This record gives sequence, C-alpha cells and structure tokens, in this order.
Amino acid sequence: MWKWLHSYADPQKAYKLSGTLLPWFATLAFLFIGVGSIWGLLFAPVDYQQGDSYRIIFIHVPAASMSMSAYMAMATSAFIGLVWQIKSADWAAAAIAPIGAVVTFIALITGAAWGKPMWGTWWVWDARLTSELVLLFLYLGVISLYASFEDKVLAARAAGILAIVGVINIPIIKYSVEWWNSLHQPATIKITEKSSMAPEMLYPLLINILGFGLMIGAITLIRFRAEILARNGMRPWVRELAKAEGVK
Amino acid sequence: MNKGISFTQAFFTLLKRDLKIAIRHKGDIFNPLLFFILVVTLFPLGIGPEPQVLTRVAPGIIWVAALLASMLSLERLFKADFADGSLEQMLLSPQPLSLMVLAKVLAHWLLTGVPLILVAPLLAVLLHLEANSYGALMATLALGTPVLSLLGAIGVALTVGLRKGGVLLSLLILPLYIPVLIFATSAIDAAGLNLPYSGHLAIIGAMLVGSLILAPFAIGASLRVSTN
Repeated sequence: MWKWLHSYADPQKAYKLSGTLLPWFATLAFLFIGVGSIWGLLFAPVDYQQGDSYRIIFIHVPAASMSMSAYMAMATSAFIGLVWQIKSADWAAAAIAPIGAVVTFIALITGAAWGKPMWGTWWVWDARLTSELVLLFLYLGVISLYASFEDKVLAARAAGILAIVGVINIPIIKYSVEWWNSLHQPATIKITEKSSMAPEMLYPLLINILGFGLMIGAITLIRFRAEILARNGMRPWVRELAKAEGVK
Repeated sequence: MNKGISFTQAFFTLLKRDLKIAIRHKGDIFNPLLFFILVVTLFPLGIGPEPQVLTRVAPGIIWVAALLASMLSLERLFKADFADGSLEQMLLSPQPLSLMVLAKVLAHWLLTGVPLILVAPLLAVLLHLEANSYGALMATLALGTPVLSLLGAIGVALTVGLRKGGVLLSLLILPLYIPVLIFATSAIDAAGLNLPYSGHLAIIGAMLVGSLILAPFAIGASLRVSTN
C-alpha cells in the first residue's frame, strides 16, 4: 500500500519532487500572507477593548501555532529517519530545525511587543510564555547537536533522538493556558465549536496561519534541496547537475 | 543461545561495579556535593543576608543548585566507560541495553543524588527556609533528583562521543529539567504557606515513573548512535 511512497526516499527523486513543489508553496505563501496581512492590518475592524494594538495577532498567532507544528514536523521526520532509516527524512528534519527556531523567536518577540501595551510588561514568567521559551531552547539544542558532529549521518540520528524527547513539551505549551492560571488568553480559534472571535478578524487570521504554514513549507523545501545536494556531493547526478549549472 | 547470566544478575553486577569504582575515586562523590554547597553559599553573598529575602528564594536556590550539580556530575557518567571500551562491551552483551543503562543511572543517583538529599536540610537551615517546608523539600528532592539523572543521562549519552560536549550538554538537558524545577519549587512554596502540595508531588512522581520507563530506551538508542 505504501510502496509508491518508497521511491521518494531516493535523494534524486526527493530533490526533483521538492523542486516541483517549491514554486507552488512559494507562490501560495506570498499570496496568502499578502492577503491575510493586508486584510488584517488595514481592513479588519478595530477591537473595542485593545484598539489597534490587537493587530499584531495576525503575525503572533500564526508564528506561535506554526512554531509547534514545525516542531512536530521535525520530530515526525526524525522519527521516520530513525525507525525506517530513511536518510531523506533526516535531512528534512535538519532542514526544518532553524526555520522552526526563527518562527518561535518571532512568536516570542511579537508576543512581547503585544504584552507591553496590554499587560504593561514585556515578559511574565507564566506557563505559556515559559514553555514557548523552552521550545526555542529545544530547537537550539537540536541545531547545535546537529552542528557538532562531523559525521552528518550520526548527527542526524543524535539530533533526531533529542527532537523526539522534546516532543513532551508540545502538549505542555498547547494546554498550558487551560492547566494553569495564566495571563495569556486561552485559545479563541476552535475547530469543533464556534470560535469566540468576530469573523471579520478570524478570516484574515486563518489565512495568515495557512500562509505561514506554506511559507515554512517553502523555506523547508529550499533548505531540504540544499541539504540533499550537500550530502550527496559525490553522486554522479549531483555532479551532472553542477556541470549543467556551469560549476567546474 | 546461552545468555550467560540472568538479567537481575547483570543489573546488580553492573551496579556493584559502578559503586565500587566510585568509592575508589572518592572525588566523584564529593566534588558535585561540594559544588552544590558552594553554589548555595554564593547566593546569600550575592543577594544579601536578610532572612526574609533568603526565606523567599531558598527553594529556588536549592533546586537550581541541585540541577547544576546533577548536570555537572552526569558528564562523567559514560565517559570513562567510553574511553576504555567497556561501554562497547555493554552494547554487545546479550542483556538488554536499557537494563544496563538503568543500572548505571541508578548507581549515579545513589552516589550523587542521595548525598545531595541528605545535605539539603542543612543548607535549608542556612537559608532560613520556612519550618514547614522541610518535608516538601525532602520529598521533592527524593522524587525529583532521579528524574534529573534519567533525563540528563539522555543528553550525556548523545554527547559522549564529542570532544567538546560540556557546554552543549547544558543546552540539551537544562530545558528538559525545567518542568521538574517548576513543580518542585512550587510544591515547596505551597508547603511554606501551609497549603496542600500533594498534587505537585504526584506530578513529579508521574514524571519519575514516565522517565523511568521511557528514558532507558532513549539513553540506549543515544549510546548506539554515539558509539557507532
């Protein structure tokens, strides 16, 4: 049943497939983030309590939710790489890690910028903020562990184990606002029930969340392709590719 | 195939061996303990000797010092065995690797965690800890330090093959230590206010059970990567 999937473990095929997918992801990401941001920042109504400063939500929420999704994507790839020994999955995990770290950083910075006018402080040590900070440290740990091995096959496996161990933090971030009394507001977007947010604000937000996902996908594909080339530099197909590009 | 000795025998043989080695190098036991005491001593000098201030920060100081001491002592958990090749023999032995690493981690905890628990009340006196927090302090340390050893061993196993693993190790395992720190210190704070703290203890206990079951596999897998 999964046989058709196996051929994509081959680096050359994975490289080609990601090359075909890249323009789609990139174009859609530009489109969605453009529409979502312009709609959200310029046309969405002003919040009656928070005024205009609520508009950072259109960056903050997508970044925060995608920081967790990117981690799950990285851990899933690492798991596939460890269990089925598929190297492309290891490379994908290595490609996602720095992107996830940057998105987490964006979520923290925008959160701080939002916290200053609303809560009167840049930072509070409450459950959600702290666990998001821990997520950033986990990403940095995975990145630096991957960087510190000379042998990249070992590096990917070691970083993969760490990524999988760190998954324990994801439910803690997700449910921190429900488990602990937190200054951070609970989730307003719900999949099964009606969201507690006006639709004129909700739609641009959802568009931006999708856009951030697509953007992460696009950047991951770029890094993934680079990673494939870097790890397969001695293969004939990579050499031909380089020759076609005019590299000696 | 003849497996030689039973799992129980293998476990206790390794445990005895590690304890014996440590007793012959007494520095391995005393240095982390001295480090723990020294770090705790630095805080009153740094933030001033007012009893009220110290009472407030005592749980945090003791626990942060415990985390650092645990991390510092863990660094040598697999180092000697890796250097002289006995780690590879453990990997090759017919007994499951997770059992062997559990024995090593248990030995490590007996040598560094237990002395730390024993000396903690003394330091708590120096820091003017609330009188009714002592029970919580001992209970959280007793439940929490094994978790530290188990989680930390994963990081150590990942970095044992690296030449400069020290700084990296702190980046890998301190984030994993944070939940233990949070629940332990809030338990001690709750006890200081005469509030019930059994909920916090139950969560630390759950972390202990969870890491006791899952960590040995992660440690084993990491060691296989490191010794490749």
